[in-house]
Amino acid sequence: MYAMRLFSVRQARAMEAAYAALERALLALDPVFKRLGYSRLERPVAAVERIVKGFFFDCRMCGQCALSATGMSCPMNCPKSLRNGPCGGVRPGGFCEVKPAMRCVWVEASEGSARMPGGGTIAEALPPLDHRHWGRSSWLAVARGEHAKLGAP
Amino acid sequence: MTGAIVNPEIGDPSAAYSILPGHSSGGRMERLLRQGRFAVTAELNPPDSADPREVYERALVLSEVVDAINATDASGANVHMSSVGICSLLTRAGYAVVMQISCRDRNRIAIQGDVLGAAAMGVANILCLTGDGVQVGDQPAAKPVFDLDSIALLSTIRAMRDEGRFLSGRKLTTPPRVFIGAAENPFAEPFDFRPTRLAKKIAAGAQFIQTQYCFDVPLLERFMARVRELGLDKRCFIIVGVGPLASARAARWMRANVPGVHIPDAVIVRLEGAKNQKAEGKAVCIETIQRVRAVAGVSGVHVMAYRQEELVSEIIQASGVLKGRARAAKQRNAT
Repeated sequence: MYAMRLFSVRQARAMEAAYAALERALLALDPVFKRLGYSRLERPVAAVERIVKGFFFDCRMCGQCALSATGMSCPMNCPKSLRNGPCGGVRPGGFCEVKPAMRCVWVEASEGSARMPGGGTIAEALPPLDHRHWGRSSWLAVARGEHAKLGAP
Repeated sequence: MTGAIVNPEIGDPSAAYSILPGHSSGGRMERLLRQGRFAVTAELNPPDSADPREVYERALVLSEVVDAINATDASGANVHMSSVGICSLLTRAGYAVVMQISCRDRNRIAIQGDVLGAAAMGVANILCLTGDGVQVGDQPAAKPVFDLDSIALLSTIRAMRDEGRFLSGRKLTTPPRVFIGAAENPFAEPFDFRPTRLAKKIAAGAQFIQTQYCFDVPLLERFMARVRELGLDKRCFIIVGVGPLASARAARWMRANVPGVHIPDAVIVRLEGAKNQKAEGKAVCIETIQRVRAVAGVSGVHVMAYRQEELVSEIIQASGVLKGRARAAKQRNAT
């Protein structure tokens, strides 16, 4: 939901803290997930992730979540799916070139990252998406310690 | 010299200059910029035609005043002759070109192949662009691709050139020796983030920048002040986009319909008050070039004269930026 998405960016600082806690929990759960079997967990966890992140961020389930590097503004809501900053077409007032009623995802991202203690990561380039990961859980990838490797060709 | 097989009729455009130590390409534009010369580039309006003469006629008009000709890649999301096609024609005739690649229409497989083909034809400069959305063009029903973004495109081409590998990691045998550029729009929000984005582009491989149209010099100065603070003007060559407005009406239309174009009201009022709006638009452009040239950290201008190519030569001559040097985008016999 658009309003919720804007709210999450305004609360980027709290979201970042919540995410850091979630990441620690997921990493700690790795042995449990291994025992249960990651492949068996993929569908139910992805389903929960879709609902939770869909609610807060309008998540598209790219499977390579970059919210902490994008000011808690999901870059996949950009109609050009830009993952490294705004295009040159941003309208006056910070609105999207393609969807004029929507705030530019990257205008939001730069505001969100300014609220986050770790927001400086917005200056680092993200690799291109790996389109094989669509629909998969980013959370399980974090638990497996694969998050850093995601987005490989 | 690259030692390539050369047709004596046309010469090997890639070998017009040898690659100097520390240079990425053998192109004229990189050499001039590194010499500290003020560079002039211009955009060629691609024809809606399969006739090569239309390309050559437009290139001829530009070539007397520019160092390189930009071949646009379906700009404004309108179909025209492709940038690869135009570059093929222009390099064949010995022109220095900047091949534009937009992420909108092709995926990483197509783009990497085009980069190799371009370098093989003698393209020495490549400009990496995101691309306008399909909604503004003549084919709004098209599927937008955007497989890569401009930063991923920059790092992909740099890895091909400097590490001799594709994005997949697979080796290539002869790397494309190209000078890599990117676009920036200092005139669009988020203003505070634009210099950071420029830094990201430089870190990804951008060696030169061609900006969106500048009609607001104070806004450019603000952007450049931050750029100098970050030391970015020492790490890439910044070429500022300019262009003549045909009339106040045309200016209003551009502002409303061309993504990312910012034209202050004062400029439109000035055009409206003029007896001859076209001449006034030209005068504004000449003044802009002179003012832009005085901004510290600016390395050149890029003239985009949509359907007014015949004006480019007069504008550049009148601006005085070429004083004291000979020019030619035509590099045959250039050495």
